[in-house]
Amino acid sequence: MTAVLSPVPPLTKPRKARPFTVAERTLDTGLRVLVVRRAGVPLVELRLRVPFSGRAASHSAKASVLTETLLSGTGDMSAVDIAIALQEVGGSLNVGADPDRLMVSGNALSSGLPRLLELLADVLNGASYPAEEVIGERDRMIERLRIARSQPNVIASEALLRRMYGDHPYARQIPEPEAVASVTAAQLRSLHTQRLVPTGSTLVVVGDLSPQRALDRIEAALSTWDRPGKAQLAPRLPEIETGPIVLIDRAEAVQSNIRVGGRALRRQDPSYPGMQLANLVFGGYFSSRLVENIREEKGYTYSPHCAIDHSSAGSSLLLEADVATEVTAPALLEMRYELGKVATLPVTSDELDSARQYAIGTLALSIATQSGLASTLSALLASGLGPEWLREHPLRLAGVTVDDVAQQAAIYLAPSRLVTVVVGDSTHVRPALSTLDEVAAG
Amino acid sequence: MPVRAVKIPSRSYPIERTTLGNGLRVVIAPDSSAPVIAVAVYYDVGIRSEPEGRTGFAHLFEHLMFQGSATLEKLEHFRLVQASGGVFNGSTHLDYTNYFEILPSNALERALFLEADRMRSPRITEENLANQIAVVKEEIRVNVLNRPYGAFPWLSLPPVMFDTFPNAHNGYGDFIDLESATVDDAAAFFAHYYTPSNAVLSVGGDVDVDETLAMIERHYGDIPGRPAPHRPAFSEPDLTVERRATEVDVLAPTPAVALAWRVPDPIADFESYLPYVVLAEVLTDGDASRLRHRLVQGDRIVTSLSGYLGFMGDPFDVRDPTALLLQANHPAAVGVDRVISTIDEEMRRLADDGLADGELARVQARIAAHLLRELDPVLGRTLAMATFEQQRGQAELIGELPALIGAVDEAAVVAAAAALTPERRAVLELVPGGTS
Repeated sequence: MTAVLSPVPPLTKPRKARPFTVAERTLDTGLRVLVVRRAGVPLVELRLRVPFSGRAASHSAKASVLTETLLSGTGDMSAVDIAIALQEVGGSLNVGADPDRLMVSGNALSSGLPRLLELLADVLNGASYPAEEVIGERDRMIERLRIARSQPNVIASEALLRRMYGDHPYARQIPEPEAVASVTAAQLRSLHTQRLVPTGSTLVVVGDLSPQRALDRIEAALSTWDRPGKAQLAPRLPEIETGPIVLIDRAEAVQSNIRVGGRALRRQDPSYPGMQLANLVFGGYFSSRLVENIREEKGYTYSPHCAIDHSSAGSSLLLEADVATEVTAPALLEMRYELGKVATLPVTSDELDSARQYAIGTLALSIATQSGLASTLSALLASGLGPEWLREHPLRLAGVTVDDVAQQAAIYLAPSRLVTVVVGDSTHVRPALSTLDEVAAG
Repeated sequence: MPVRAVKIPSRSYPIERTTLGNGLRVVIAPDSSAPVIAVAVYYDVGIRSEPEGRTGFAHLFEHLMFQGSATLEKLEHFRLVQASGGVFNGSTHLDYTNYFEILPSNALERALFLEADRMRSPRITEENLANQIAVVKEEIRVNVLNRPYGAFPWLSLPPVMFDTFPNAHNGYGDFIDLESATVDDAAAFFAHYYTPSNAVLSVGGDVDVDETLAMIERHYGDIPGRPAPHRPAFSEPDLTVERRATEVDVLAPTPAVALAWRVPDPIADFESYLPYVVLAEVLTDGDASRLRHRLVQGDRIVTSLSGYLGFMGDPFDVRDPTALLLQANHPAAVGVDRVISTIDEEMRRLADDGLADGELARVQARIAAHLLRELDPVLGRTLAMATFEQQRGQAELIGELPALIGAVDEAAVVAAAAALTPERRAVLELVPGGTS
């Protein structure tokens, strides 16, 4: 790429990141705790992850209302009391759920860590789900769901996951309004007691702290969170059945949301590094074939992207592009062309090296901040991996060959194994899409 | 309740600065805690400076700056950054346009070169212009035209509040204007605004200051100097009569409302401006905030609510005129007048009765934590340093801001609340036209 006369300065010798030390302890309650000192700014970041999958169709509604009301009161504190106590230490706690887990993310001034932990323990042990607060939140959530489901990217994401996973909980990322309307405070208290349990859960704390003292503080604060039961993991993912393009009509839409999905390898699979790099070369970063083709050459779209999503029951390939209505079929044709090309022809060594350096470099960037390191460690633990993965994975990436990439691309990027969903103005886009493939109304 | 005022911590960064012979201002904040660096160039031209008939041009031009440069073909910029293990982006704001990359520290000189190469001359062709007009149109479709609430309120409220083209117009651009842009327009825009003397180069992270200064001299020193353009004031008088307008959003399922009041000049009168930054959080940060407590939790007349400074949510990188904004989604069954009158009631209560014990201290602690959190990433520091240097000559503010927020007193916050009166505001109602 850089010839002898190139004006582009060469890279100098890379400097190694200072290794960080992870202090770890599993409490008697079963909670696994990781603490890392990272003194960039005088703050602490906290991630509590509780596996929180559920097979019942009503689970996502209950989980969603629970996350929105976990901080709504305890025996002796109201929602406002909790919010005030958090602000006093410059802190915040946010609660979210997806089909895999419930996550409490928090941060505070580092002097506020003891108070932050105390408040976390208070809600884990004593969240009371006041009936009035639950009713208020239900009503607000139903309104917010209407707004969410008016967004084309939400419509497209739901349609693709339904197409890929059918009845599996992963197809239910956000709840149905009817299910939300019937959630009761008693159900939340019971779900909390049965499922918000320390065994199987992980707590990661990163920041300007002393690791051993922080571990002791965490143990002192959270040893009271001691409840029997084991966190529940999602069931096995079904095989994806290929078939026609599913077209969801959105009358008069000025763009079509094209979504293509398939299975992917888990991070611990020995072939994963090859698949990760194959995906980057194809469409996983800006310098990919996909972006250079349908954005920088043809101007069909603003931000096409292909990502690997890791969930506990398995990993998925998710390819997306929002394109002008009039070029919907040509854009899908180019997407399939690039998939087919990378699946059948070897990538160049320049392409491989670029993707490799990007993967290694951005991994280092992602853990260069307190919050990035906390989130990354939490995600690794959820995948059954440990902090050592951060050190070992770059070495595995360094060893990936053009053949490795070809092998994985032939499996995971092969268009014949992927499913396609399009959200757009059916009247305008269906005729041309039908020239490429069979089209079914979704 | 006892007042437990937490001590507001700070984090200061040593900052080196210089100005090159061609007028380019340089700030460097070394920090070797991680082997990463960030490089950013800020040009002092934004949406407010684009010419009439060329709405969206500042942003379109930002795209063009990625299309090849003095010695690089199209696509090479992207590839060189990413193949070095880094990421890049650019963004267009009311008062500036920035370009930045974050990379492993062994790519420092490469990053400096990449920015210098396009400061020397971008490579703008008919083909690249047509391509990027198409890309920008898709960007606008994704973010505005195909998205419910897409223009609300950042594009649709300024024309209610302001009368002059620079402040009122749609900075994303009308398609007709975008399609009318020419290569000559771009060349003229570059010649006028993209001069070294109209830019700040900001470098942060794992760098040696002397080596970095030498590299900067090597790559930027011989870029010919040109005079910096004159920047008009863009000022407009405050409102004295309430202005109200309605936006019909055919894609939106439920209504929303946004209110905006002018605030003091963030540059010339920073001391009077900061209380409004605190006020926005007193009103809307978390369940203990005034408006969330009353409208969301108490009366349950809105489903979500936010309050912030600047139309682009940019409290510390925008010049006068700017505003404090409140926006809320409310159920159709709740009339917008009830939402507004309840906000007025809370504002009067704050103005009449003052703050509760401890209320100011806890909000200041939370703002400080939030500001510190933005400084932790090397990119966050490098960007913040660039705007503070460009607009105020004060890059050091990145470390000083938490203490300045901590020094705002109750009387100033109460006075700010008292100034948010109905007759000084602009109101935009979003009326849903959707069918869901």
